[in-house]
Amino acid sequence: MLSFLFRRLLQTIPTVLAVVALVFVLFSVAPGSIVSSMSDDSDPQVELRMKQQLGLDQPVYARFGAYIAKLATGDFGTSFRTREPVTTMIAKRIWPTLQLVFAAMALAVVIGVPLGFVAALKPGGIVDTLAMVVAVSGLSIAKFWLGLVLMYFFALKLGWLPSFGYGDGGLKYLILPAVTLGVSPMALFARTTRAAVLEIMTADFVRTARSKGMSETRVVKWHVMRNALVIILTTVGLQFGALMGQAVVVEKLFSWPGIGSLLVDSVLQRDIPAVQGSILVVVLAFLAINLLIDLLYGVIDPRIRYA
Amino acid sequence: MFRMMVVVAGLGLALAGSAEAQSPRKGGTIRMTAPYGSSFTSLDIHTTQRAQDEIYAKALHRSLYIWNSAEGKPVLELAKEDVVSGGGLVHTFKLRDDAYFHNGRKMTADDVIWSYTRIMDGTKAYPGARFVRVIEGAAAVEKGQAKEISGLKKIDDFTVEMKLTEKVEPGFYFFTALTSIYPADEGAKESFIQKPIGLGPFKFVEHVPGSRIVLERWDRFYKPGKPYADKVTVSIMAEAAARDVAFRNKEIDTSVLGPAQYVAYQSDAGLKGTIVEVAEVFTRYMGMNPSFKPFADKRVRQAINYAIDTDLIINKLVKGKAYRATSWLPLTSPAYDKAMKPYAYDPAKAKQLLTEAGYPNGFEFEWTTSQNESWGLPIVSAVIPMLDKVGIKVKVKQVETAVLAEVVRSGEYQAFIYSQASGPDPLAALKCFHSSTPQPACNYMTYKNAEFDKIIDEAGKADDAAKRTELLQKANALLYEEAPVWFFNYNKAVMAVQPWLHGVQLNATELTHQNVEDIWVDETSPAK
Repeated sequence: MLSFLFRRLLQTIPTVLAVVALVFVLFSVAPGSIVSSMSDDSDPQVELRMKQQLGLDQPVYARFGAYIAKLATGDFGTSFRTREPVTTMIAKRIWPTLQLVFAAMALAVVIGVPLGFVAALKPGGIVDTLAMVVAVSGLSIAKFWLGLVLMYFFALKLGWLPSFGYGDGGLKYLILPAVTLGVSPMALFARTTRAAVLEIMTADFVRTARSKGMSETRVVKWHVMRNALVIILTTVGLQFGALMGQAVVVEKLFSWPGIGSLLVDSVLQRDIPAVQGSILVVVLAFLAINLLIDLLYGVIDPRIRYA
Repeated sequence: MFRMMVVVAGLGLALAGSAEAQSPRKGGTIRMTAPYGSSFTSLDIHTTQRAQDEIYAKALHRSLYIWNSAEGKPVLELAKEDVVSGGGLVHTFKLRDDAYFHNGRKMTADDVIWSYTRIMDGTKAYPGARFVRVIEGAAAVEKGQAKEISGLKKIDDFTVEMKLTEKVEPGFYFFTALTSIYPADEGAKESFIQKPIGLGPFKFVEHVPGSRIVLERWDRFYKPGKPYADKVTVSIMAEAAARDVAFRNKEIDTSVLGPAQYVAYQSDAGLKGTIVEVAEVFTRYMGMNPSFKPFADKRVRQAINYAIDTDLIINKLVKGKAYRATSWLPLTSPAYDKAMKPYAYDPAKAKQLLTEAGYPNGFEFEWTTSQNESWGLPIVSAVIPMLDKVGIKVKVKQVETAVLAEVVRSGEYQAFIYSQASGPDPLAALKCFHSSTPQPACNYMTYKNAEFDKIIDEAGKADDAAKRTELLQKANALLYEEAPVWFFNYNKAVMAVQPWLHGVQLNATELTHQNVEDIWVDETSPAK
């Protein structure tokens, strides 16, 4: 297992480097710069001094080299805009984003997976039809619109929950943003689970288990569920990364203090170190979750562990 | 006179009136919103020129001057007296001796000099440098040629002498938070940007990045009995629809309204009374590059002004949330000339002018625009068919707002649509068209007209305020005739204010920038 973990960790290095290089190059060639956005009327001499101060007068490859060297020591650089270390800025924002993403994911898994399972056990039945209507709707609804509708009903009309903000970080502030973010993956999990279970139910090993006289409950529990879990876990892993990205919309709508709003503002203000740091953290979180899921595959299916 | 020019919605006036009628209540929480982005840029207000950041900074910090919305001009804030000498170039400020920073230390002349010197650090490009640069010797510090600003002298602990490079009203240069006075010892520390210390009526409590800033009353604030409220929260709410729900749900006290909400609130009996509006000192326009041959001809530029049905766009597209521009200076400018009339919508006249200019069949140009709903792509899209009617074809080039700012300053455009500050100082606003003003500074159209320069120079030298205003009006009228831009509109800033919030000021420089010490909440506020 340890060698498997080590191998997977090694595989993440080129991915991280590729992302870092891509973001760096993109923002080096994109029009607009921090220097011009800082002040309306800096004269060229002042702009040059500022560029020197920020290292922007260096060629791209030299800047990239310096950035990688810093990154290797865990230093994400200093924000052009706020003059704060990027790690400090991210540290202030990462927890709310993780809170939001994990809450949305928990909601999606807890509702979506059982819903898909139940739907698949009686395909074509009323539960299946209803579950799939919910799933398709959930996938189709725009998050922004859904968030507004939830705000309207649960804050304005019913007065049960606050419509925006982080408050003290408590549950009542988390519910609406998490539901808004979680509905789409919930729908996806329901559909994926249903499809996976339906496919496994017709597999040879399930037929064999039944023909051996195994009860339907045991067939589902020991054969169907375990095999379906591999597919579901894959979807969960991929969705985690997607949710980190989609959280931007929800954070902005609900004034939720996460990485997303930091990323958006940093892009608009050409604060390259903050953009790079934010994207890197999202990528690292995505890789970490997928690594965890890879390890879980091994637990669920021993064949994967030794492959 | 200024009050006459400020346009206020029905209950906006009633709000102000009722505020005056009742005596201010002590305590409560003011819940403001910051609508211009998903974050505050920095807690170091010297580093950021975004309107978003000045919302909280008005509560936390103070500058030498403050904007007085009722008088429509900057007035002394951290100084009690300004003695002018040296032909109007030397200002001797007698500072307040009762202004305390939030760490309990008294403000002195050293803090003023330290703050202005910091702002002139050229390696940091602090945006406030464009104001401090008016002090003699400040530019040398910015360029790294000097360590101290030669035009700033400490006479004693509470007296500062400031020598200016030109005869201007310093209030216009030193009233924004960009030139806030920091405590010299604390301001240099790394910890300052985590827990800023200012001279304002409220002290820093908490910043939740991307969500809110919380401030609480500073008991040693120098204005007796103020501030009224115990606490101020500024919530970041970039989404207009979310603000709308929160406002209706009474979770926030102020909400900036966009065109669509403006219409909705006006038609809602329960919300109509919450609207407060003011003509802000921003002019929206299409700038034309004179190095692009057709735009070098005044007749072509005038033709464009005649060809566009500006009123139709303002009424239908901007939903009436703007005032028709009659030249450069906006309604709230002290030099605004009420007698001026905008260009009429007259396609036939436009066609005639184009023919006279040698373009009977029109021409094609590239129009650079952002996506801004009030002065961006939607407006350009509406104008295209109007120009097409007179034979002018438009090729749209869409860019991000940040990129547009760079395009405009670099002159790499044929035409662009933009919103530019056209006040509060009318002289500074019109100087943007002076030939000596560099393009990156604000002469974006590289406008050059000897007669205009002469009038502006005379206005700059004029000691008599009435004479100066007369000259500025003349320059403004000349701009109208010369039409270096399509004069689109002056921004009408609209904000919804809850009925329990009193003392909101109609700030023409930016409606969201409030002197919060003058605001109070009555007992009907649902906030604790």
